[in-house]
Amino acid sequence: MGLVEFLGWPLVRQVTGRDRLGRGHAAMSRRSETLEPRTVQADRVVDSVCPFCAVGCAQKVFVKDGEVTQIEGSPASPISRGRLCPKGSASKQLVTSPTRVTKVRYRRPFATEWEDLDLDTAVDMIADRVIKTRKEFWEWEADSRRTRRTLGIASLGGATLDNEENYLMKKLYTAMGAIQIENQARI
Amino acid sequence: MPGLGTSFGRGGATTFLQDLSNADCILIEGSNMAEAHPVGFQWVMEAKRRGATVIHVDPRFTRTSAVADLHVPIRAGSDIAFLGGLVNQVLSNDLDFREYVVAYTNAANIIEDDFRDTEDLDGLFSGFDPETGQYDPDSWSYVPDSRRDVEDEERRDQAYSGGSSHGESHQAARSESHGSGGAPVKWKGRRDETLQDPSCVFQILKRHFARYTPEVVQEVCGIEPDQLRRVAEALTSNSGRERTSAFCYAVGWTQHSVGAQMIRTASILQLLLGNIGRPGGGIMALRGHASIQGSTDIPTLFNILPGYLPMPNAKQHQSLDEWVRDDEGKAGFWGNIRSYAVSLLKSYWGDAATPDNDFCFDYLPRITGDHSTYSTVLAMIEGRCKGYFLVGENPAVGSSNGKMQRLGMAALDWLVVRDLQMIESATFWKDGPEIETGELVTEEIGTEVFFLPAATHVEKAGSFTQTQRMLQWRDKAVEPPGDCRSDLQFYYELGTRIRQKLAGSTDEMDRPLLDLAWDYPLDDGGDPDPEAVLREINGTGPDGEVLSAYTQLKPDGSTSCGCWIYCGVYADDVNQARRRKPHWEQDQVAAEWGWVWPANRRILYNRASAAPDGTPWSERKRYVWWDAEADDGKGRWTGADVPDFVPDRAPDFVPEEGAQGPDAIGGQDPFIMQTDGKAWLFAPLGLADGPMPTHYEPAESPVRNPLYGQQNNPTRKRMEVPQNPLNPSWSDVFPYVFTTYRLTEHHTAGGMSRTLPYLAELQPEPFCEVSPRLAAERGLENGGWATIVTGRTAIEARVLVTRRLRSLRLGDRFVEQVGLPYHWGPNGITTGDSANDLVNLTLDPNVYIQDKVGTCDIRPGRRPRGSALTEYVAEYRRRAAMDVQREET
Amino acid sequence: MGSLWGRLDDVQGDAGYGSPSEHPPRMGFFTDTSVCIGCKACEVACKEWNSVPEDGYLLTGMSYDNTQELGASTWRHVAFVEKPLDVPAVDLGMPAMGAPDTEGVTWLMSSDVCKHCTHAACLDVCPTGALFRTEFGTVVVQPDVCNGCGYCVPACPYGVIDLRKDDGRAFKCTLCYDRLKEGQTPACAQACPTESIQFGELTELRERAARRVEELHDRGVDVARLYGADPDDGVGGDGAFFLLLDEPEVYGLPPDPIVTTRDLGSMWRHVGAAAATLVGLGVASFLGRRR
Repeated sequence: MGLVEFLGWPLVRQVTGRDRLGRGHAAMSRRSETLEPRTVQADRVVDSVCPFCAVGCAQKVFVKDGEVTQIEGSPASPISRGRLCPKGSASKQLVTSPTRVTKVRYRRPFATEWEDLDLDTAVDMIADRVIKTRKEFWEWEADSRRTRRTLGIASLGGATLDNEENYLMKKLYTAMGAIQIENQARI
Repeated sequence: MPGLGTSFGRGGATTFLQDLSNADCILIEGSNMAEAHPVGFQWVMEAKRRGATVIHVDPRFTRTSAVADLHVPIRAGSDIAFLGGLVNQVLSNDLDFREYVVAYTNAANIIEDDFRDTEDLDGLFSGFDPETGQYDPDSWSYVPDSRRDVEDEERRDQAYSGGSSHGESHQAARSESHGSGGAPVKWKGRRDETLQDPSCVFQILKRHFARYTPEVVQEVCGIEPDQLRRVAEALTSNSGRERTSAFCYAVGWTQHSVGAQMIRTASILQLLLGNIGRPGGGIMALRGHASIQGSTDIPTLFNILPGYLPMPNAKQHQSLDEWVRDDEGKAGFWGNIRSYAVSLLKSYWGDAATPDNDFCFDYLPRITGDHSTYSTVLAMIEGRCKGYFLVGENPAVGSSNGKMQRLGMAALDWLVVRDLQMIESATFWKDGPEIETGELVTEEIGTEVFFLPAATHVEKAGSFTQTQRMLQWRDKAVEPPGDCRSDLQFYYELGTRIRQKLAGSTDEMDRPLLDLAWDYPLDDGGDPDPEAVLREINGTGPDGEVLSAYTQLKPDGSTSCGCWIYCGVYADDVNQARRRKPHWEQDQVAAEWGWVWPANRRILYNRASAAPDGTPWSERKRYVWWDAEADDGKGRWTGADVPDFVPDRAPDFVPEEGAQGPDAIGGQDPFIMQTDGKAWLFAPLGLADGPMPTHYEPAESPVRNPLYGQQNNPTRKRMEVPQNPLNPSWSDVFPYVFTTYRLTEHHTAGGMSRTLPYLAELQPEPFCEVSPRLAAERGLENGGWATIVTGRTAIEARVLVTRRLRSLRLGDRFVEQVGLPYHWGPNGITTGDSANDLVNLTLDPNVYIQDKVGTCDIRPGRRPRGSALTEYVAEYRRRAAMDVQREET
Repeated sequence: MGSLWGRLDDVQGDAGYGSPSEHPPRMGFFTDTSVCIGCKACEVACKEWNSVPEDGYLLTGMSYDNTQELGASTWRHVAFVEKPLDVPAVDLGMPAMGAPDTEGVTWLMSSDVCKHCTHAACLDVCPTGALFRTEFGTVVVQPDVCNGCGYCVPACPYGVIDLRKDDGRAFKCTLCYDRLKEGQTPACAQACPTESIQFGELTELRERAARRVEELHDRGVDVARLYGADPDDGVGGDGAFFLLLDEPEVYGLPPDPIVTTRDLGSMWRHVGAAAATLVGLGVASFLGRRR
């Protein structure tokens, strides 16, 4: 322990300063003295919106070294005025949840366990299945009326999809001729 | 939301959350707002602080009730009777805002002579066909004003080739297609503004609701007459020129087999009180998911295309002309439907869409009826549907009758699940409840399952449309980890690969895919730029320039627009949804935060905030008014918000004979999406289950309908399959009512909450809430276990005995209700049985949304395990004689 | 300087921060339970900001309170109190069925937190100087100093501070000391949807609270009362005080808390003993915690 460090030690400050009982400034540790909120160390602060209910509370996402370090309400919002409910307050855990899955999982027909699968391969396999099922269940007509569709493929989306995502989904499905396209909005 | 759409013209909340603070009275019903929308609830608390009266009508005393001025306990599913009782109080005591009602609603319209009410037909309206279970709404029509009305319509009709247009327009799919506009009536019709004609809407309404007396309300809802009067007094004394009242609702209304009509009843009440289009008034539809409004505006729904354009129906729509004919040329902004439709086709198929090929109309697949999610599950079980995408959705827990969902998924060829967590819908083949009971065997399930991890809301950019129709943009904060990708990236990639694999195909069925406009700028990582997609949604003109309003859209193919009601969100080539001007630099309307459809209007129908002559109803409730001096004396609508009206249309403007589209909107027609410019107390068209709301019992009910011989909604969509056995009503085997709901601490089926430690610890286990009287009756102990049984299955939950659940007295008996949060399933940090497994599938005929209430039994102790569980439930079905199900209609 | 009992207007000055002009104003919480909706945003926001671990998945069966009490890993706790409403049974003229025993109910909710006492016994008994009074007048445990001796635990008249089992050290609300240094609002108050938790200068909060009680009384809410707002009470007033709608005991709060160091005789013996080992403990702690 060097002299400077020693002089900064709480007990020494206590007997030399105004805080004779050592309950205030004299007791302050180096950590306490230099403490600052981690948000000030953020590389950037990103505007976002809470993904839970439809109030649409504005969030500020603090990022440091490519990691989210804090998500809190943005006071500027005229709707939420910086406030968040417990879900919004916990939304960083959506990113960091211990049970989040980050690798593709694949279950073969009749299998009892998951397997690993390369993402690129998975998307390719899915495209093949779409093409096959679409053709297999293709229908030009029903009751002599043109339908130009497939009833073999269905989709159910959550209502946390972005507008842009819903747009591309509906556009692609419609071009495929798939009509059983649904959303949490009905549920 | 056809409840709002048919009443006012647009299927969205009529107001914005902040404006609730301007209300003098707030009625919250069908919503547990403090728990489900806590941050939005600050505006209710703000109103209360300013002296407003807050009323909560709900089966349970919740965290909302705890801070309300008055809690009114109600039997789940009986809301039409209660609201009808309020309508009756208003009408029979002349407490309506008459000037508003006469000028802005269809109260004065004369209805056809052959219309018959539920009063006359014991719970049915005229036009019912018992064979099909559907109504023909012809007898509900407006009487034409003159011979000219009829001739105009005939002339318009002849302009199109092909058969009659109205044959099936009242079908369910049709009614939802008017989320952004009322159904097109043939003419504005004859009116009696004295409201004395016995065939006018006002008198019909008065007769219809006369039966909903305080005594009947008590018998149906368990609400004491004194409480009904207190609510009526609070609402009527806080409505009128000087004061306004607001309503808030959520899935407590939508999730019923009469859901749309519950919302209709509230709409009627708010119109009679003159509260629509005015500050502190309106109906706040509280949507439960970040972009559930967006998911209907730009739908992933079977029956509509972006902007509430109907999906073509094979029976009616085989050409562009046939597709648009019902609306084209009618009064109001739906009159320009051809421009919206053609612009959408251009955004889908770009250069391939030309006038010569009907702008690729034929590339659109056609629907032939109900293709909603629950019907589709049945198709899966029956082997008619083999591939399934689940994108941020967990039907194994989140959808009603979970067993049906899981059986459906077990019958697929392939299933793609995109989520953050390993949800039950991805693992049903491994550890679903049917594996435990032996109803399914893992090794026998042929479903190939792809689980693709998704990006979170901070790992992608994009926009949500929240509950007040506001688009808010999120910037991307960090890269998604591992294999996680946005759904935008996935669908772009999937489409690209399918197109590559089909390239060169000459098969006509592949043309729509190969001609698809699928070029999006990519970022460094190869992901499509979401702002480019939003720009496409917004729309562009002939030279690719960005459009600023849907009034610029053209029917000739020179404009392209992915969702006409969102046109303007990218005005000036700027992402308007990304605007973040702090609220302290703006007024309460905060027009420069995000972007609201339509045209950035915050309160819809705000022309009605002024009297017919264009002056504010009162200084206190001033909002939008006619400024006759503006624009060198030509006059203009002005005020706190973007006027929801033709900006320069004077209050005394009368459209010319034969005027079409927006030109046909009169100066005193605030409901500009309606073909008659008026709000609908009576819906002559557009709803599958009647022009006026009528109380029917839920499909499963312990009581007989005291109002009519007709027990249930006669047009309800039934799912009569072995997997969906219905508890008989009035059964001693299932004597109690259950209702499912959310808790603040969790989110819907729990995939985004019981997987987060900080939320899971706050409500760690499924529980049921029962009254002390029910606890005593069945021997249930606080903190102990209970088994809740329906004909579908039995689940177990811990017991909370609480006075917050009231024993309701209906006539000479009590009805007990069991409260069931539905957030759990077999996976996650905290687990438990799923309450949705108990729920039966009986659907609203307008929107195909299920009843969330039903009947049940409850017993102390845990449920049987394994095959003993199926036997236990089968025994209940035997005792209730459910295999020889009786007809209860 | 150095008082342990009684009224104290400049708590920071008393802790060596000089005259009021030399230190920031005393900051605190006013928790207005009359507008609390029991959402628990405060609990979560606090844990998120301060990286407080989850502490068990237990359904208690006590209304919606599965948190139970303040502790080392719970710095905000929302209490839920279901209380029968004493209304006379209304005779509805109905057939005699026996009145249901479920008439009225009230549901009180209140977010509890460390009181940041004017006279903080936890701090006064802390032998290592781990607990200290900040320049904002708040009371904070320094994790780099605390050695887990646990003296503070029984000293707290409210039962707030506690040792974290797997860690050994004492933890409690810091009133987001780090955020305060940057002029930010503590996480719980920032999140609170209904402004039940209000953060600000203590003198201003006390005035605001008094006005709020008056307003509620004017509206006929006679039961409204302040708790911990009186600078002459047994702890010299709380830095975090409350507006309650019932007796403190109903919310699980001591009705008349008294700083445990008021009994100077025994306390000085205690402190003396602690002082004797202070240097040794302090050095050990200081060196032991260096990383």
